Amino acid sequence: MPETQEMIINMGPQHPSTHGVLRLVLNLDGEIITKVTPDIGYLHRGIEKLAEDMTYAQFLPVTDRLDYLAAVSNNLAYCLAVEKLLGLEVPKRASYIRVILTELNRIASHLVWIGTHALDIGAYTPFLYAFREREAILDIYELFCGARFTTSCFRIGGLPQDIPAGFVEKVEKFVKIFPKKVDEYEALLTKNEIWLRRTQFVGIISAEDGINYSLSGPSLRGSGVKWDIRKAEPYCVYDELEFDIPTGRGVGDVYDRYLVRMEEMRQSCKIVKQAIAKIPGGDFIANAAKIVPPPKERVLTDIEALIHHFKLVVEGFKPPKKEVYACIEAPKGELGFYIVSDGSNKPYRLKIRPPSFANLQSIYKMIEGGMMVADVVAIIGSLDIVLGEIDR
Amino acid sequence: MELLFNTQELIDRIYVFLTNLCLDYDIPFWVLTVVIMAVVAGIVAGFVAVNTMMLVLAERKVAAHMQDRLGPMRVGFHGILQTVADAIKLVLKENLMPKAADRVMFFLAPIIVFAPAMMAYVILPWSPGIIVKDLNLGVLYLLAVGSIGIIGIIMAGWSSGNKYSLLGGMRSAAQVVSYEVAMVLSILGVIMIAGSLKMGDIVESQKNIWYICFQPLGFLLYLMAATAECNRAPFDIPEAESELVAGFHTEYGGIKFAMFFLAEYANIFVVSAVCTTLFLGGWQGIPGLPIILPPILWFLIKTYAIVFIFMWFRWTYPRVRVDQLMTFGWKFLVPLGFINILITGLVMVIK
Repeated sequence: MPETQEMIINMGPQHPSTHGVLRLVLNLDGEIITKVTPDIGYLHRGIEKLAEDMTYAQFLPVTDRLDYLAAVSNNLAYCLAVEKLLGLEVPKRASYIRVILTELNRIASHLVWIGTHALDIGAYTPFLYAFREREAILDIYELFCGARFTTSCFRIGGLPQDIPAGFVEKVEKFVKIFPKKVDEYEALLTKNEIWLRRTQFVGIISAEDGINYSLSGPSLRGSGVKWDIRKAEPYCVYDELEFDIPTGRGVGDVYDRYLVRMEEMRQSCKIVKQAIAKIPGGDFIANAAKIVPPPKERVLTDIEALIHHFKLVVEGFKPPKKEVYACIEAPKGELGFYIVSDGSNKPYRLKIRPPSFANLQSIYKMIEGGMMVADVVAIIGSLDIVLGEIDR
Repeated sequence: MELLFNTQELIDRIYVFLTNLCLDYDIPFWVLTVVIMAVVAGIVAGFVAVNTMMLVLAERKVAAHMQDRLGPMRVGFHGILQTVADAIKLVLKENLMPKAADRVMFFLAPIIVFAPAMMAYVILPWSPGIIVKDLNLGVLYLLAVGSIGIIGIIMAGWSSGNKYSLLGGMRSAAQVVSYEVAMVLSILGVIMIAGSLKMGDIVESQKNIWYICFQPLGFLLYLMAATAECNRAPFDIPEAESELVAGFHTEYGGIKFAMFFLAEYANIFVVSAVCTTLFLGGWQGIPGLPIILPPILWFLIKTYAIVFIFMWFRWTYPRVRVDQLMTFGWKFLVPLGFINILITGLVMVIK
């Protein structure tokens, strides 16, 4: 009798549901997976190394290319890190607008997630519904800074410009209709018998394992850990806003992570609603002549401003010799920037802690216990990875 | 106009006319038979081709409107010629064959999938008298022919030399074998009541009341089993796009891919037409109401309504997992099928 063999199947880097260029080597016994080996690095662009040869301001647009679905969050984390390094105070008005834009970004990122996750499990229609709403968010970005995808919409010290006319109305309109749209997606999925069977008790990870594998963000909250950096170490103005941290039903399966993200979209909507009503007056960027370039009118009329402008553009600012770590709650989890400054105008070393990279590791744990090929797809979807920030 | 409603008479007249022609000009009858066969085959093939193209377009339009978009709009009025353009493109494509493929099997597979899909059209009763061949064992023939196609799918999966295709082929084999059982059980009730396997008779016997009234459970079971038979979502695991790329037809392109594609839609039409025939009174109008439409239109309206339901399924539901599919088939559909037969039998005995 011939010996039975395991089949080794190569999932990716070109595969419809590995969300980019993730490669998984699966050992299959029939349809059941005995071993999974993720292989990453197909999208490596050396972003951390690039930072070492750029001034602090120059590196900002590069951060857009990390988690390209949440460019605004990347900008925010980087700006916060550099501001911490400089000890720079950001005006309240700028902080509020930053919160509005990042929360909208969280919604946009979760919308892409719900669309692709549902698509992976075989439901086509939510994808287009989700992209319809995402379009509205991208329009808001376009109104604010002209770009839709790779926005680079913050500056070190604040914002590039004040909010344009019509911005508040547009955001308010979106916030008003969006909860109904979430109900619409939930109507298609949340109570759907097939959806439940595909997601419940699949890819389980306990709270303890989750912490040990350094999971963060919605993936960790799905396991029942109430950990959110917005609450634990509030940055910007999150301590002035009211919102809940959803934690699912405490099993830690794909369905829990789904519930958490759905609820997070509602919570983000709530945050935006509060923030838009509370935007205070004042400057949109910090008043620090040695760090923030002066406005163009002053450059053309004031010699001092011209010198500052010239120095900042040609050379950039020189932060003190120091090491800082700043992190935010990005849509996918904890996004942190660790900057080592040697006192020059470029970072000596810049280390990024991307949430997807840490979250992907837990796939080893989640795949345990006789998961099938179809489950791998569901699990990857529920981790919401973006290869742009895994490979960097 | 009268003839549109009384198609039986129309067919008879044509036949008499042709027979007379033969007698008048001294043509042997076998020539007549051959000509009729060729013409009928041509009509069926033409219908299958045009109908499938329209179904593909319909699917795209249905999907588009469910998803808040318009679908194909450029080729012809509202994209009506889109599938024609696609078909031309597919036919003109280079005929690729992967290096690892088993050449003969790889070549034969699409044909073996496509031919049975066409053969099933032989027993569809369009209208009184309009049926290619009203076989005595019509329903049995249908089931037999229906399960040939699966061989082609397994062949395609095996011969492609691709692991994804192989998995798709294996899944398909398991699926079709299980759901064939459920499907047979679901239509047995109808056959018991009608007392015939002949499609024409089954339609005739629904003159006063459609069988869906006697067999609501059977109808639902059939609908589910048929969805799985056609490899349609939510049971489309053999070609589960997000898991197996494209399943058994991953390596196929051009005209060969088109044949798989056409076969899929041809099958959808067949199972819908059979559903109409067995449960919804075939070409008969609504019992008790005056016949306002020609029988063929009744038949088509009902069939397309069922086709629409299949499309509706596809764009609403997520996909089930392969083990859940088997569990659903064997532990849910098959027992319910048996219960349905039992109840039908009991009621018939009591009556």
